[in-house]
Amino acid sequence: MFSNRERAAFSDGTVKREGQVYKHSTLKYPHRLNFYDRPPLEDVTIEEFETCAIDRLRILAEIESSFVRNRSFEELKTVTNAQCLKYLPLHSSTATSEDLEGERRKDHLGHFILRLAFCRSEELRRRFVKAEITLFRVRYESDDTKEREEFLSSRDFDWIAVDKDEKEKFRRELLAASPNLKAELFEKEKFYKVKWTRVPDLVEKRRVFLKGGWAYVPSREQSSIIFQAFQSSLERALEATARALPRLDEDTRIMPILNNLSQGFLAGVPSEWSGNDGSSANGEAIKAEMIDDLARKHFPLCMKNLHDNLRRDRHMKHYGRLQYGLFLKVLGLSIEEAIAFWRKSFSKITEDKFNKEYRYNVRHSYGLEGKRANYAAKSCQQILMNDQPGPGDSHGCPYRHFSEDNLQSALLAAYSHQGLTSSDLPEIMHAVKSQHYHVACTRVFEITHAGSGVGTVKKGEGVGGGESVTHPNQYAARSRELEKAKIESLGGNDDVPMKGEEGGGDAMVLG
Amino acid sequence: MSTEEVEGVTPEVMLAFYRRLYPFKSIVNWINHEHTPTKLFTHREFALTLERDVYLRYQCFETVEEFKKKVCSLNPTRFEIGPVYSVKPKDKKSARQQAFTPLQRELVFDIDMTDYDTVRTCCKEAGICKRCWAFIAAAVRVLDSSIRDQFGYKHLLWVYSGRRGIHLWISDKEAMELTDEQRKAIVGWIAVIQGGKDMHKKVNVRQGTKPLPPSLQMALEPLVPCFGDLILADQDCFKSDDGWEDLLHLIPDKNIAEILRRKWNKDDGRSSEDKWDDLKSEIKKTDKGSPTRVSLQAAMEDIILQYTYPRIDAEVSKHRNHLLKAPFCVHPKTGRVCVPVDPQLIDDFDPEKVPTVGQLLKELDKVVTTQDMEGAEHHSDWEKTSLKPHVDMLDRHAMALMDQVRRSKRAADLSW
Ligand SMILES: [Zn+2]
Repeated sequence: MFSNRERAAFSDGTVKREGQVYKHSTLKYPHRLNFYDRPPLEDVTIEEFETCAIDRLRILAEIESSFVRNRSFEELKTVTNAQCLKYLPLHSSTATSEDLEGERRKDHLGHFILRLAFCRSEELRRRFVKAEITLFRVRYESDDTKEREEFLSSRDFDWIAVDKDEKEKFRRELLAASPNLKAELFEKEKFYKVKWTRVPDLVEKRRVFLKGGWAYVPSREQSSIIFQAFQSSLERALEATARALPRLDEDTRIMPILNNLSQGFLAGVPSEWSGNDGSSANGEAIKAEMIDDLARKHFPLCMKNLHDNLRRDRHMKHYGRLQYGLFLKVLGLSIEEAIAFWRKSFSKITEDKFNKEYRYNVRHSYGLEGKRANYAAKSCQQILMNDQPGPGDSHGCPYRHFSEDNLQSALLAAYSHQGLTSSDLPEIMHAVKSQHYHVACTRVFEITHAGSGVGTVKKGEGVGGGESVTHPNQYAARSRELEKAKIESLGGNDDVPMKGEEGGGDAMVLG
Repeated sequence: MSTEEVEGVTPEVMLAFYRRLYPFKSIVNWINHEHTPTKLFTHREFALTLERDVYLRYQCFETVEEFKKKVCSLNPTRFEIGPVYSVKPKDKKSARQQAFTPLQRELVFDIDMTDYDTVRTCCKEAGICKRCWAFIAAAVRVLDSSIRDQFGYKHLLWVYSGRRGIHLWISDKEAMELTDEQRKAIVGWIAVIQGGKDMHKKVNVRQGTKPLPPSLQMALEPLVPCFGDLILADQDCFKSDDGWEDLLHLIPDKNIAEILRRKWNKDDGRSSEDKWDDLKSEIKKTDKGSPTRVSLQAAMEDIILQYTYPRIDAEVSKHRNHLLKAPFCVHPKTGRVCVPVDPQLIDDFDPEKVPTVGQLLKELDKVVTTQDMEGAEHHSDWEKTSLKPHVDMLDRHAMALMDQVRRSKRAADLSW
């Protein structure tokens, strides 16, 4: 529960000098693992508030997609550890070169901010608890044994060590209840007594001895008690936070952030793809006439759909232009090429009408008119959550906004030339039905980039390192990267013709 | 197979039963744990089944009188008891959706004879007789002692379901408060018989040939003699070809199974006891302590469990918001009252001797005509009928529960 003081701390947003909070660091977070019993008490800047939350959210969202994608716990562990290293590192106390205090503070803050964002519905609470406990488990298992023991002894888990006499009395039962425990090791094994309700998972699988409501837990199963304790205290805390939350409504800066965060859990965390200024990352500019080919090979379904609509209707409504135009901008289309592209695409209208009604729009989106803002391309989250498409619109996310039968035909039409077949559809539709649209999109990416060797993707790799699709530009960029790697590995030359249709029109120069 | 004396359970009969015989007060004491109504009663869902299968959910009452009045005016064919909700169930619609959650509920178990159709030979489907009741009796003994021993619960009420099964209601405070996750865990702990018709081996509870988990070892002890009496002698389960083929499927050693198959094919007359002895003597031929011998012994234990261990309907127990027919309701097909049953006397219980609603009303008429017609109210007319010992039993049970609550309240007061 948050006291008034830290609610104030969370919501007043006063800017504190960085570094100030690192004082007395060695005392504040003695352990790498955290049960989050106490809320953070210091002031936080609004920027830090957001960063801590978003970085943690990335990890939790990826954990969630791991469940949906049916990864084994070992796979999930690998992916999660890699993501943690990137966004939320948490080193052991022996790692002297790291800013341990800063890492642990970020972990602490992020957890509590997300509690605020996810306490508000039962569904969100359930998903948050499941992801958090998994993260805790991943860290627990990778923790240094000695440090873990210190952490455990710092907290009262309310277990009673079974004394020698009692252990001897139930010797036969205790041995029978843990078939993996060898009789000769019995003397050495420690047992702890807890109320059986504290270890329902062990009870369900009959992995403990039960007597009079007490579960006798061998030390090898101790982690069950800990995970269960983590889970139930988090569940209780979230319910308490939910009851107290309405008071937070007062702060107008916090609520939009919290709303965004909980949406991010539904749609994956947006990646930032806005930094581009007209030329793509690898320096090659995109020409208007290349877009047909790029769309065929590298676009996610939402952009492919917009492109095909544009070609068919030779027109596009406002939100569609916005979603597609910004995507093309970030892809590397310069303002001149963009004007050329849209002019040519709108072939039904006169030069005059285009100049009057659309040129300004295009220039505006490049920050050359009006308030001259550098607009970012829309992330999956924005596409999923904002500006819901109406009847005549073609923007949005097809995984979410198409009916099931239309989505399936669209998928086959768009990607069968890249290896997607109808036998892939059940898996994709399963993710769609459980509303994990980014998982569906990621799976399509994997299927259409499958193969062997350089420039291909295995199931579970997503758009790199197991990450899911969270931004259409990330999808396209990764797809182009893979193609480039493939071409380079084949001959180090862009002009080498590829097998089949992959070569594209300009590949015949080698002759 | 028994002949069910299906009398007309008409709406008039039911109304007379509710007005004159149904022990509303005892039922409320039992689910409320105290004399004055608490949320355990006032926030409790009742679901009423009316004529023509109209199902009325989320009913709740403030007092015993209101409860009785409503039941008499709607005159349901039966009614069920559900969980205690955070909000009065009838206010469900006006409450915020998240605010309407089940909080407490007795831990319940349901054992039904139909789950024994693959092992009983005397009756089928809806039928039940004293002989096949022995399966239920064995289940009650095992479950009653397991729950007391392992989970430490004390307030267990067994109730005949009116036809071919039995319900268990556990009212200990800790049991009332179990979450769905914990209820699921308890079911996992208790349930042993898994897999449908097409699964031969339905008991898979050990790692390889390691000993049984201690709780099942404990359950096995009374089931060994029960297997001899019930499965081998009375039901003669391995007499028919299908019966002994089922048994052979459960023997892990293919050679022994083949030897027995040939022997039993030749000799039609061997009883189940003979066949079980044949199996035992084949096992005795193997080397003592050898892996084959160990696995065969384990298989024999598993067979005993498969034929006699309690078969529970897992779904009933897993969720707090499950509804279960209230005790003392009348089974519409048999006319029998769902009376509480003493687990100590479970072997003597005969479902065919349970009073029917028609019989009770006749008893009552006799008393009333011989005695003078006193008051118009008939609050405890059941005392004059053969329903009395059953209501007394519920009262004793409720009293023990109320004592417990009083004691723990006093302890809490002192701790201040
Ligand atoms: Zn029978």
